[in-house]
Amino acid sequence: MRIEVNGETAYCYTNSREIEADKPTVVFIHGSGMDHTVWTLASRHFARHGNNVVSVDLPGHGRSTGSPMVTVEEMAGWVIAVLDTLEISNAALVGHSLGSLIALECAASHSDRVRAIALVGTTSPMPVSDAILNAAEADDHAAFDMLTQWGFSKRHQFGGNRNSGIWMIGNTLRLYERSGPGVLFHDMRACNEYASGTDQASKVTCPALLILGAEDRLTPVRSTRALQEAIPSPVVEVLPGAGHTIMVEAPNAMLDALHKVL
Amino acid sequence: MAGPDYPGLDTLALHAGAQPDPATGARATPIYQTASFCFPDSDYAASLFNIERAGHVYSRLSNPTNAVLEERIAALEGGVGAIATASGQAALHLAIITLMGAGSHIVASAALYGGSHNLLAYTLPRFGIETTFVDPRDPQAFANAIQDNTRLVFGETLGNPSLDVLNIPAIAEVAHAAGLPLMVDSTTTTPYLIKPFELGADIIQHSATKFLSGHGIVIGGLLVDSGQFDWEASGKFPTLSEPYEGFHNLIFTEEFGPAAMIQRARKEGLRDFGACMAPTSAFHILQGIETLSVRMSRHVENTRTITSFLLEQEQVTRVGYPELEGHPDQALAKELLPNGCGAVFSFDLAGGREAGIAFVDALSVFSHLANIGDAKSLVIHPASTTHHRMDAAALAAGGIGEGTIRLSIGLEDPKDLIADLKQGLRAAGKAAGGSR
Repeated sequence: MRIEVNGETAYCYTNSREIEADKPTVVFIHGSGMDHTVWTLASRHFARHGNNVVSVDLPGHGRSTGSPMVTVEEMAGWVIAVLDTLEISNAALVGHSLGSLIALECAASHSDRVRAIALVGTTSPMPVSDAILNAAEADDHAAFDMLTQWGFSKRHQFGGNRNSGIWMIGNTLRLYERSGPGVLFHDMRACNEYASGTDQASKVTCPALLILGAEDRLTPVRSTRALQEAIPSPVVEVLPGAGHTIMVEAPNAMLDALHKVL
Repeated sequence: MAGPDYPGLDTLALHAGAQPDPATGARATPIYQTASFCFPDSDYAASLFNIERAGHVYSRLSNPTNAVLEERIAALEGGVGAIATASGQAALHLAIITLMGAGSHIVASAALYGGSHNLLAYTLPRFGIETTFVDPRDPQAFANAIQDNTRLVFGETLGNPSLDVLNIPAIAEVAHAAGLPLMVDSTTTTPYLIKPFELGADIIQHSATKFLSGHGIVIGGLLVDSGQFDWEASGKFPTLSEPYEGFHNLIFTEEFGPAAMIQRARKEGLRDFGACMAPTSAFHILQGIETLSVRMSRHVENTRTITSFLLEQEQVTRVGYPELEGHPDQALAKELLPNGCGAVFSFDLAGGREAGIAFVDALSVFSHLANIGDAKSLVIHPASTTHHRMDAAALAAGGIGEGTIRLSIGLEDPKDLIADLKQGLRAAGKAAGGSR
């Protein structure tokens, strides 16, 4: 569905269902340069299991209009504004990569609106290499190539998708290519500059789940120690064989893990 | 700025889509010869049916062996996904019925494989889908033939039988300007010789029976989606951009983004029309693709040797290979097909129909049969076989003479092929009343 948030059209995938006040809500937040389609399997699943699902396209992404936002804090405010518009009092937030930082920020700054968070392919801080930032700033296709290559585990460079017939590398590359000029750069810079993640993590009071790819090369498991120590009692699931693009590389294992907090 | 290198064509041809079998560690892709797959519990079953989990339900819809092949061809072509079908014809049909219904129209090259021409010219009109055939060498002819109800532009990378080189960039531009996708049949070229998506095509069809499998032992087709065409922006493809009642009002562009077309083809086309590939066929095609580059390189090398030989023969009045002087697409071939123009071509023999028949009957290394793309060399005389119902005038309209011979050059020692051809030429000469 399309709603208006801050004067712009915000697209939310809801599995073609209206939001029902008596149902729990799960909000899915995509990562840099992506859109809601990365969550199709998971959002269909939780919709069938009695939840409102709201899989957003961040401003300037997918079907949402407006300019891409600059900071994680601003994006978190936008997610809360989406909840306000949909009259949802609180929700579980599932975010991937940049989306995981947005979910974390929401849980810390708007604890009354967030009942659980699931951070997929996450770490904090989330530094981005100059090579990626520079290429993204120049709207150079090399940025898409770097993120696509390093976003999958080495074994998945050759595919092996359990979702029949879909070449994961090709589909991810096409998604990046569909993003507008500057979108990826804004997203990557927001990840790079979000310095308060571990401080904010210590303020999280809701159940928190970290889903990590054992072979993640962009946000390696070893880099998540500070985040794991900052969040009070997180549940941590490390998925063997998966890289950073966990929704695509390990969709079933991710779904099973999500059930631990959702 | 250069990004990291993706795996090369040869590496992908061996590895794309495959992982060592998780159950047994088998290095080769196993043949999952099963109709169905067990569900661990009812909720898991429901989640598979509702597209919530990745997995297999029934081998008409998907199968683990086929899935490896589908990923492999998608990787080799640079697409988002693919579907393995029962034959190349099934792949063409699957694409068409995914994109349109009765009342629609296709603009196609007039130089098509006979099977494709039959489907478009005679069968689909019965179901309300009409085709206008145009000169494959004239992009403007494609533009002129596009109607309000046109939904697809279609051609072969190398047209049949004259090897017209499809100007993919120019025709893609025509199609895209009209909000239409360009589909190409790349059967005779394979990803080793041309990458149609990089040139602007949106969908690729293969008969995997030919060079992809490469040994003449299997029938199969592949449909590959580039994921580059914007179906919503076009506004002409409600099957992809509007709710589908046959799957709980799912909107494919909304839920699958770049993979909308190939997902609809699977969820509807394979489900309802059922032209799926047998897993054993997928296994055979995978084995063929593993050696694609090695074979195609040798196919082309042998073809160049044979065309050079034929050019020197007095009885041969024409050799139709785009790399040769005199072929109308020589310059375009150099640009689009630098690694070669495949291994199927035709030539004309003096002496007409009788000479052609005598030539074919005298060959012993070349196999006389109706196929192309085998490791073994093949020959056919169209006027007495595939086009036998046509008179001389009708043949001429199709670019075929009564003495036209089509060869598919295999991997034998070229000296043995030349010796065999010499034998055929001697017989043709006698039949034509010559002195040889």
